[in-house]
Amino acid sequence: MIKKSDIHIHIETKNLNVYYDNNYVLKNVNIEIPTKQLTAIIGPSGCGKTTLLKSFNRLLDLRDNIKTSGEILVDGENIFDSRVDVPDMRKKMGLLSQKPYPLPMSIYNNVAYGLRIHGKKNAKELDSAVKHYLQEAGLWNEVKDRLHDPASRLSVGQQQRLCLARAIAVEPEVVLCDEPTSALDPIAAQQIEKLLLKLKKEYTVVLVTHTLRQAKRLADHVVFLYFGKVVEQGPADEVFNNPKDPKTKAYIDGDIS
Amino acid sequence: MNKRKLRDFIGTKLMFTVTIFASLLFFAIFLILLYKSIFILETQSIAELLFSSLWNPEKGEFGLYPIIIGTILVTGISLIIAIPISLLSAVYIAEYAPGKIRRVIRPFLDVLAGVPSVVYGLCAFLFLVPLVKDVIAPWFGIESTGLCILTASVTLAIMVFPIIISLCVESFSAIPIELKEASLSVGATKWETVKKVIFRASAPSIISAVLLGFGRAFGETIAVNMVVGGIPRIPSSLLHPGQTLASLIASAYGEMMSVPLYESALMLVALILFVVVLLFNVLAVVVLRRAKRRWSY
Amino acid sequence: MNRRILEEKIFKILMLASVFIVMGSLVIIIGLVVFNGGSSLTIEMFTQTSGGGYYLGRGGGILNAILGSLFLALPATALACLIGLGIALYLQREFTHPRISAFIRLSLDILWGIPSIVYGIFCLMIMVFIGIGTSLLAGIIALTLLEIPIITRYMDESIKMVSIELKEGAYSLGSTKFETAVKVVRRQALPGIIAGVLLGLGRGIGDAASILFTAGFSDRIPGSLFDSTAALPTMIYHLYASPYPLVRQRAYAAAFILVVIVLSISIVSRALSKRYTKFVIR
Ligand SMILES: Nc1ncnc2c1ncn2[C@@H]1O[C@H](COP(=O)(O)OP(=O)(O)OP(=O)(O)O)[C@@H](O)[C@H]1O
Ligand SMILES: [Mg+2]
Repeated sequence: MIKKSDIHIHIETKNLNVYYDNNYVLKNVNIEIPTKQLTAIIGPSGCGKTTLLKSFNRLLDLRDNIKTSGEILVDGENIFDSRVDVPDMRKKMGLLSQKPYPLPMSIYNNVAYGLRIHGKKNAKELDSAVKHYLQEAGLWNEVKDRLHDPASRLSVGQQQRLCLARAIAVEPEVVLCDEPTSALDPIAAQQIEKLLLKLKKEYTVVLVTHTLRQAKRLADHVVFLYFGKVVEQGPADEVFNNPKDPKTKAYIDGDIS
Repeated sequence: MNKRKLRDFIGTKLMFTVTIFASLLFFAIFLILLYKSIFILETQSIAELLFSSLWNPEKGEFGLYPIIIGTILVTGISLIIAIPISLLSAVYIAEYAPGKIRRVIRPFLDVLAGVPSVVYGLCAFLFLVPLVKDVIAPWFGIESTGLCILTASVTLAIMVFPIIISLCVESFSAIPIELKEASLSVGATKWETVKKVIFRASAPSIISAVLLGFGRAFGETIAVNMVVGGIPRIPSSLLHPGQTLASLIASAYGEMMSVPLYESALMLVALILFVVVLLFNVLAVVVLRRAKRRWSY
Repeated sequence: MNRRILEEKIFKILMLASVFIVMGSLVIIIGLVVFNGGSSLTIEMFTQTSGGGYYLGRGGGILNAILGSLFLALPATALACLIGLGIALYLQREFTHPRISAFIRLSLDILWGIPSIVYGIFCLMIMVFIGIGTSLLAGIIALTLLEIPIITRYMDESIKMVSIELKEGAYSLGSTKFETAVKVVRRQALPGIIAGVLLGLGRGIGDAASILFTAGFSDRIPGSLFDSTAALPTMIYHLYASPYPLVRQRAYAAAFILVVIVLSISIVSRALSKRYTKFVIR
């Protein structure tokens, strides 16, 4: 058992319930996500991983048929509180989705978009910031000569790294990743994995993943979700080497998927 | 930071305002037309207005019956002409025509759809009117100026073609090819497949295309006004002149201010147009919802 | 067996006949416009305003109608575009409950179907009430109202297509709703928005019924918003049946120019939407 006082909790859910219409998707979820670590959320398809991840920055608000109850505390503050400034709260949480969705503008403006809306207007500053974040995302060398091309012309792997650059450009505290490598070829996937390992030194990273091997390679902390319920959570080596719940063991052994 | 919030707030409120404006426009038109038609409704009963055949604004007689009949005739005949021709053309374009022809026909249809109605009216006046006057009417032994119900109907039918055809071609082409193959592979001919599978699967789109076509024909003002003859009497044949509701309003331009109650009568006509369009749209929603449930593939 | 094949043959002939009728009517229309319009086109048509009236065919051109059409349709389209964009963006789920947007969409569809003469008579009444009456301004307002439902529904359809993931991308960067709508969604939907605006413009510039009462008619170029003005469609409508060939020619020339304008709009629309799909994310 880990001692709670040893680690900082960045995101915490309390009795989180989510329904799509009458479909009960997240059932009484209580989890804790430690600061500046990489937390992997694993579980079979359709168990609610994406839903859980998107509830952290209230992106579920965009869907019509959703109902939520419970609390999500980020830095101890409930994000459902009416006093919370939602755009500000979202700024603190970058998102890397399953399939890359660059904004419908040039490569340069994709990164500059967030910087601009948050007040950086000076052209020189923007140039250097864009360069910096594209370098961070390992994309600079590939795009430095065509910064003003539409982002839609990049390959999928490049688009995903562009989305990462875009996300970290607004200096979030958390990076939420929803199976960020599932649409990519192995080499592009490896690049993203490397970046994630680098990111977790500075950011809290939450990674939803389908592949156990990826979770084993990257995770410090693991949450196992099964049919909308948290079956097990804890440090990665404990969950993987010494699962307490038989369902977790079955999943890790590949008996359920 | 605060500037962003302010911009968000103002922008959102502006969008809200224009949205409210659009929703209000709908009610505003309805209420104002109603308010203006009250004057005539106070002097004459609605039944009298709708079913009396006497239209003499100078004498204060505003019987709309002949004009309503004219509208029904013109709209109905134009649809009777337009629906089969459009459907058959759409089938040909979507199912039979080789790709090259299809690619040529499409932009032509767009052109036909974009031609302003006043140009349709002009062309009908230059071409159909003499044709009816000198060729068709003599065939039937009737004397006609060419400005008549038939000419107006044919003009409207031509205006309706592109609407029905392009919507139908779109929906025929959207039917999954497997569905057509299934029918062909049990030995149906191509036409049988069209009849039994394609028409059925795209019934909702056909219905909405026809309703749109109806709307266009029913409300068309200028083109009809130029060729229908503009005489508010029940036509004794299709080669005789008549009048339609929309065209009546255009004809009355200039006169209406001078005759008492005339303006109010015209507002009533506009109100009737509005209400019919409203009813047909609501009907379309209901019918489409049902049709979709019944014929979905 | 034979009967079935016969049926197939008959219907194929009917289909060809139908296509022939449709294409034939188009050819006749274009032929009439080009033939009559082309032979009426002279330099004076473009450089002079109309002289004399319906009965006194004292020559002159249609400059006043060409300019009148532009003065009417361009501001109306610009206004309708702004209003329509506001409404279409506001109909998104983040701003309006889906049930309310469904209702607004239905009312826009009904407005779309309302005959343009009804807009004309409605606006005339409002303008007379305000004390302005027949004028360029009244015509602009009537056309704006006519174009709003067309442009809005077109924009709305293409905005509806914008995927939720793309919006999530924008929101997760901390964008406000307005920023997301105006900077991201608007760009993604741009091809559809442009197509809608140009469709509205084509409709507005060709419509006679709505400006018949509101813009009125005049032989001069309007000097202010409160002057009556001719436009290409009303020029055709008022002059096509004149007993004087010189006057009729003005109608034919106007028809020719109107058709050319409408065609160019549809060509430009195709070209532009191709160009602006460049940035669209699939
Ligand atoms: N918009 C929606 N409307 C209705 N039900 C939905 C919606 N989105 C998701 N669901 C349902 O919610 C459940 C959880 O979905 P979610 O996308 O969170 O699963 P997931 O664990 O991310 O799956 P995967 O691994 O396949 O991505 C599923 O049963 C899904 O069918
Ligand atoms: Mg998922």
